[in-house]
Amino acid sequence: MQAAQATARPHSFQPQPWRDRRIEVMLGNLLRTGVLLSAAVVLCGAGIYLARHAHEPANYRVFRGEPSDLRTISGVLHSITHERGRSLIQLGLLLLIATPIARVVFSIVGFAIERDRMYVAFTLIVLAVLLYSLLGSGAGV
Amino acid sequence: MTILEFTAIVAIVSFVAGLLGSLTGLGGGVVLVPLLTTLFHVDIRYAIGASLVSVIATSSGAAASYVKEGFSNIRIGMFLEIATTFGALLGAFLATRIPTSALAIIFGVVMIYSAFVSRKPRPRAQRSLPPDPLATRLRMNGSFPDAEGLRFYNVQNVPSGFSLMFGAGALSGLLGIGSGAVKVLAMDQAMRIPFKVSTTTSNFMIGVTAAASAGIYLSRGYIDPGLAMPVMLGVLAGSLLGSRILVKAETQSLRLVFSGVILVLGLQMLYKGFWGKI
Repeated sequence: MQAAQATARPHSFQPQPWRDRRIEVMLGNLLRTGVLLSAAVVLCGAGIYLARHAHEPANYRVFRGEPSDLRTISGVLHSITHERGRSLIQLGLLLLIATPIARVVFSIVGFAIERDRMYVAFTLIVLAVLLYSLLGSGAGV
Repeated sequence: MTILEFTAIVAIVSFVAGLLGSLTGLGGGVVLVPLLTTLFHVDIRYAIGASLVSVIATSSGAAASYVKEGFSNIRIGMFLEIATTFGALLGAFLATRIPTSALAIIFGVVMIYSAFVSRKPRPRAQRSLPPDPLATRLRMNGSFPDAEGLRFYNVQNVPSGFSLMFGAGALSGLLGIGSGAVKVLAMDQAMRIPFKVSTTTSNFMIGVTAAASAGIYLSRGYIDPGLAMPVMLGVLAGSLLGSRILVKAETQSLRLVFSGVILVLGLQMLYKGFWGKI
């Protein structure tokens, strides 16, 4: 049906991405699942963190930067066994950052199914920027 | 203040910010940073890191319900994300280099602008604009369900929209906000995209844009788990609740009140930036 409309209005209408709306709905659900999962991990970390540090004074007035094991992906993964609360929160936040990246990856698949090479290329550019920020800027190691 | 009290109060404030941001469509991130810095005396770099994380949460959390409505245009979004992610990288690099007083001043200007934009009625999208050759080549034109059936639209001015989006991405990376006001300017005003399409597409883009600067923020130590935890959980809960109780009739006055709050906080950020109180 959409193909018929596209020929009837060659200049004003292109098929709405994606023809298969299931991909779109799947992407929406993927994002929601990712967010709820990360919120659950953050909540677990919060429980441990508050149980241990609830009565210490809070001070964010002076910027010190985070210790190195909370600044990198590998650092967070390694430190989960030692200092669990804050590392677990940080792991949840990493999951959160990963959800939009997962959406971009799935979009590449969606455009590939549609054989839209131009948009596969655009999406690969976006993915490269995202991976550079997460892995190339020093957060990866 | 102990960590327990601090966490509880920050969570409540973030919840209210997320709720109001979602009800008014103005986003919660833009009020969070000034509230954290002025009420809780949090260093602006920690505040920006926590706010950025909450922006990803609200964008991804709302995506599932937006998708069902069938308004968002994934090609427009993905093409413009090239601009916003490069902008976000630039913004995040700049954020680590410029003094915090300058950050506060830019923040204040963006807030005052957002408050101003939110008071203006959005332009009525003209119907049957002629197709733009570049937009047609990029397969951006589309349709969305309307009261009178399927409505078709032709995207205009792709280059200026793309440049504005680069700016929106840079502001997002610099200040840890979704920069919805600049995205609206690019999509509604320049590209003439119907606002139902631009709002939902912009929401999709905000998460990806924020993820592009999140890695840099993380590696520079801006994302503190103790602060980001109550902010992210509070804003997420507030915005999810807001998207469920959306009452159309009352949003207009709520928008006016919230934009007033944004204006006051923006002036305060300017003051703090100029008088070095940050």
